Amino acid sequence: MIDPGTVELSRLQFGLTAMYHFLFVPLTLGLSLLLAIMESVYVMTGRGIWREMTRFWGVLFGINFAMGVATGLTMEFQFGTNWAYYSQYVGDIFGAPLAIEGLMAFFLEATFVGLFFFGWDKLSKTGHLVCTWLLALGTNLSALWILIANGWMQHPVGAAFNFRTMRMEVTSFYDVLFNPAGQAKFVHTVSAGYVTGSIFVLAVSAWFLLKGRYPEFAKRSMTVAASFGLASALSVVVLGDESGYTASQNQKMKLAAIEADWQTEAPPASFTVFGFPDVPNRTTHFAIKVPWVLGLIATRSTDEEVPGIINLVADNAGRIKQGIIAYRALETLRAHPEESGARADFMNNEPDLGYALLLKKYTDKVVDATPAQIEQAAWDTVPGVATLFWSFRFMVAIGFYFIALFALAFYLSARRQLDRHRWFLVAALWSFPLPWISSELGWFVAEYGRQPWTIDGVLPTFLSASSVSPGTVWTSLLGFVVFYSALAVVELYLMMKYIRIGPGNGVEPVAGSVAPRRAG
Amino acid sequence: MASLLDYATLRILWWLLLGVLLVGFAVTDGFDLGIAIWLPFLARNDAERRLVLNTYGPVWEGNQVWLVLGGGAIFAAWPLVYAVAFSGFYLAMFLVLCALILRPVAITYRSKHPAARWRTLWDWALFISGLVPALVFGVAVGNALLGVPFRFDGELRMTYEGGLLGLFRPFAVLAGLISVAMLAMHGAAYLAAKAASPVTERARAAASISAAVLVVLFAAAGWWAASLDGYRIAGALAHDAPSNPVGKQVIAVAGAWLDNYRALPWLAVVPALGFAGAVLAALALTLKWDKVAVFFSGLSVAGVVATAGVSMFPFILPSSLAPAMSLTVWDASSSRTTLVIMLVVTLIFMPIILLYTAFVYRVLRGRVSAQQIEGDSNSY
Repeated sequence: MIDPGTVELSRLQFGLTAMYHFLFVPLTLGLSLLLAIMESVYVMTGRGIWREMTRFWGVLFGINFAMGVATGLTMEFQFGTNWAYYSQYVGDIFGAPLAIEGLMAFFLEATFVGLFFFGWDKLSKTGHLVCTWLLALGTNLSALWILIANGWMQHPVGAAFNFRTMRMEVTSFYDVLFNPAGQAKFVHTVSAGYVTGSIFVLAVSAWFLLKGRYPEFAKRSMTVAASFGLASALSVVVLGDESGYTASQNQKMKLAAIEADWQTEAPPASFTVFGFPDVPNRTTHFAIKVPWVLGLIATRSTDEEVPGIINLVADNAGRIKQGIIAYRALETLRAHPEESGARADFMNNEPDLGYALLLKKYTDKVVDATPAQIEQAAWDTVPGVATLFWSFRFMVAIGFYFIALFALAFYLSARRQLDRHRWFLVAALWSFPLPWISSELGWFVAEYGRQPWTIDGVLPTFLSASSVSPGTVWTSLLGFVVFYSALAVVELYLMMKYIRIGPGNGVEPVAGSVAPRRAG
Repeated sequence: MASLLDYATLRILWWLLLGVLLVGFAVTDGFDLGIAIWLPFLARNDAERRLVLNTYGPVWEGNQVWLVLGGGAIFAAWPLVYAVAFSGFYLAMFLVLCALILRPVAITYRSKHPAARWRTLWDWALFISGLVPALVFGVAVGNALLGVPFRFDGELRMTYEGGLLGLFRPFAVLAGLISVAMLAMHGAAYLAAKAASPVTERARAAASISAAVLVVLFAAAGWWAASLDGYRIAGALAHDAPSNPVGKQVIAVAGAWLDNYRALPWLAVVPALGFAGAVLAALALTLKWDKVAVFFSGLSVAGVVATAGVSMFPFILPSSLAPAMSLTVWDASSSRTTLVIMLVVTLIFMPIILLYTAFVYRVLRGRVSAQQIEGDSNSY
């Protein structure tokens, strides 16, 4: 049996390193595309200021990119180091998108990022622009593949358990690829990245304007950020709704926990805007409810139910009992692979095998589990309701704020008044950390809401960890905390230094000037 | 394609592809690791060090992806190997990871601040980030040859009985030193071809010395391996068996790692390449044919890496604790479906990757000079 300490420490380490990694990823996603847009304008108009914009934001992109690449390695290694049983149990399906991500995306972005920085004098204008677009394409493709992998953890389709190899194996790669959960997550996540890039450009430009530096440069940058950001912020919310809809179809428990929706209501269900979820008493105090809204969002109908937590737990207790039949059959099949009765039992109950594994927390003899143990295991399928309830609401509130901010910036930019209102510039500057906060909250809702599973309904988290000692994980965890903190300090220092230096080594490029021609 | 290839053939193809990826990593990222090891010694002032860094500055990111892809391909095609190796070598992997995280940060950040102490700090960070992975990867291969203390329970949960220090057994340390010498040779040869004088001359000497050390150490390892306990499958193991590494018979026999060369003597060409490449690289360097030297050094790297794989075939990761549970080509792979899909994807994308990588190296061809670095604000 795995040490529970190992499991908890591994979760903490994975969560911390993943969230740290995702400080850099959304900015890479957003800035790469913004760079490509700015450089396209440069190539089309031939105006030097757009080249200078591409180069200045490019330097900041480079500082961020290095950290994204470096911390991404940790993520790939950790599936093997800390989640070895997970890796062997689902590697047949989960490994493929990761490898394809390397082939299709990482090579592209990593190869062309070199030419982005060092190809200015070695390539034609159009040649360089193509490199920049390939860089942006590469970063976005990498998001696609990792979210296909993550989507499969949320909603494992196209796979079945093979008792001869004691693992999940792919049955339909097409289903894994076009998993609605993965597709919805991809568009939601990349839009969030675009918002992050836009807020970054908006806030830094606002700072320049507040200081009265590089006004032409800053206003142009803000205009790009405002229009791109507005479109992206609208997409994040709309596509986040799509993500919620797929969750309502495939991860009913996660949705119920986010909504602190304890009892199934008569459809269409009401939406709890505010309230205090009380987990021990299984109720929500002071709930302010808006009729119909949840039912409409989650089911896109007026007559479908949104099941409550208590009802889902009862369903899951049933699935655990089915799972026990599959588990018993599996024990027989391991000794006698051809036993036909056991085969039939296994095939009929295979989708619920994972639910029986939940019992391993309470007993080694899964087939002899008591009704009390089944009840306990069924309640284990409820993730942390109060935390999810609040994280989700903060994320959504920030999302709506972005729409308002970008709409305002877009309006001011259209009226050529970006530098007229000090309060707007201050608001833009102080919005700087918000996209990071909302992105991290979003991931938290997605992954903490997936508990107690690593693969929803298939493999419980506490079984997924490696058989290493807690002391070993402590060593790496403390190492990561110290090492990552030091790197964060260095990163922030350099980022601020280069923002202070500003574009064109401190001299504002003239708006109408033509860029130097290709040298050599 | 799906009907043309049987499971056994697919497994051999994926074993070969794993080799291609590891060689790809050693040859391309080997430049960077080797250069980082030499950085404090071959470049003696800030201008020279910037020169050295900018020889590989534009390509290190692409080079590193070979490692990422290697990891991903092991995960996808050999999930059991991925699970056992990464969790078994937990702390060693953590060390490698820290070094590999330090590397991009060090090269990107070093020249972004002028203070001498800042730059010296990152120079030594780069040195460590080159030396540690080179050493640990070699030690890991050495341990694979010796057998690794792991076993499975009935539900294929792996337990590993060993620690970090247990990895540093004498033969494994020798393998680690081979890896360091090999990458030091390779990185220095690249510097000889890319950096301007006076680094060029120093790099030629450094590469030749490393090549000589590599030849001696590699020969010593071969001699040692002849008496070392290797592993051999006893009895039958179907080549299209389900991927379940429990329940075959394996024996440990002295000299078993030479079985494949006894059966197919022409395989000796693989280790011979390791020797010949190093010797020819040193020869080319004395003639100042620096680009030719890089080519031969790359051949040597490929030969050395492939020697480990060919010697162990069909074993990938033998278990010293429970030899019968060793991971082999025939029982540690993904399902047939996954192998087919991944093969198709690889055959489509690998040529494209090679094409644009070659394009980038072509655009960036030529020696890097101090003037070029001064003139470009993006320089490292």
